[in-house]
Amino acid sequence: MGHHSYEDSVKLVTKTILLLGAITLFEVIFALYGKGYIIEGQELPLVVVGGVMIALSLVKAYYVVYEFMHMKYEVPGLVKSVLLPTLLLVWAIVAFFWEGMDWKKRRSLIQDKNTGRYEAQAPQGHLMFDSETKEL
Amino acid sequence: MATDTLAHTDQHDSKSAWDGGERPFKASYGKLMMWYFLLSDAFTFSGFLIAYGALRFSMPSWPIPDKVFSSLPFDIHNKPLYFVTFMTFVLLFSSFTMVRAVQEGQRENKKGVVNWMILTVIGGLAFLSCQAWEWNTLIAKEHASVTTNPFGTHVDSGVYLDAKGNPSDEVFNPGDTYLIHKITTHAHGAAHSDDHHGSGHSADDHGKEDAAHSHGAAHYEGAGDYPDAYVDERGFIHRKYKVLNSETLDPGAVVHEPFGPKAFGALFFFITGFHGFHVLSGVIFLIIILVNVATGLYVERKNGYEMVEKIGLYWHFVDLVWIFVFLVFYLL
Repeated sequence: MGHHSYEDSVKLVTKTILLLGAITLFEVIFALYGKGYIIEGQELPLVVVGGVMIALSLVKAYYVVYEFMHMKYEVPGLVKSVLLPTLLLVWAIVAFFWEGMDWKKRRSLIQDKNTGRYEAQAPQGHLMFDSETKEL
Repeated sequence: MATDTLAHTDQHDSKSAWDGGERPFKASYGKLMMWYFLLSDAFTFSGFLIAYGALRFSMPSWPIPDKVFSSLPFDIHNKPLYFVTFMTFVLLFSSFTMVRAVQEGQRENKKGVVNWMILTVIGGLAFLSCQAWEWNTLIAKEHASVTTNPFGTHVDSGVYLDAKGNPSDEVFNPGDTYLIHKITTHAHGAAHSDDHHGSGHSADDHGKEDAAHSHGAAHYEGAGDYPDAYVDERGFIHRKYKVLNSETLDPGAVVHEPFGPKAFGALFFFITGFHGFHVLSGVIFLIIILVNVATGLYVERKNGYEMVEKIGLYWHFVDLVWIFVFLVFYLL
């Protein structure tokens, strides 16, 4: 389908697959470089490496969905009904990653308490019960 | 205004999108439903990948993928990401052959559809074979399973102990990934000296794995406590080290390597397994439709080989999911 002739669309998908391959190759080389495998001791911050990887993967996803799956040539209603629901995932990612980081905090707090490293502060202005004298 | 409304209603009554005979989204029912199935499938995969992210964030350490997935066939080790990049290219290329099959179908070229679909099936089978090899390496050689994860990452800095229990010259830092090896029972006679004990067990030195294995068998006689390691009942060799700097342990304490986060194995096998299952069912459907194309079933329909378009959508989706599995498991 689409609005291209057969020859044009063959050219287009050939270009797209070459682009996808090039992006993948760049991703791998960049990941290895960023983690210091290519040049010893040469590293980039994890946020930079991760950010570039995520951005490039989204670019790849765009080309697969829009060119290979022909989303570019569908009517707007179809495009919206398929793509808009995926926006729900944005919140799912934020919420669950936040939750994950909280689990980590709780776990290390419990570990600290179990190993006696956590020094609880006596609450201010609270009456302490003395177990020896049985008095407040 | 009023006439406008009237005219509109008239038209609406005579032929609206809901009266049948018209395709509201200019796509056939089958293709539309394939899109919605893929949308729901995308949510399933997202659920899995988000669970992976949440659990990874909840752990103080996580095995570094470049160290975990660094083996190649023919006993080549220490090559981070090479094999999985090859797998990615296999799947990408099969996506390209699929789109070519769809294009040949649109101009009713039966022979072209058959040829490009055969290449797509070969690509799918190649990908599955690669995955089988990867799983086999992890399960049979490195002894990972759904419940056991021998890949760990140090959160402290420390120094490994040598065979006599004294600190060796092998120092590690937080973030270094290690692999807990298993003693092999059949290599008992191997008389290896302690020379390369130092580096034999760490995941960085996959190349020396065999040497380390036979050495381990010569050194450790079953489960028990040794000066340089603790061997558990299942034969996993947890190397001992002296803590140099730690947030949770006192410097100078002697501890042994714990297993890595348990969730890692379960998540890896379930998510790549679920994806591999999609590839497998995709290959089966590709073969069914390929047979239908070859026997001329779709020639009579003259609808531009719509079935090929539908399986094409599914096949590209499998590739799309792999982009994110590749990102989450291997690149980050």
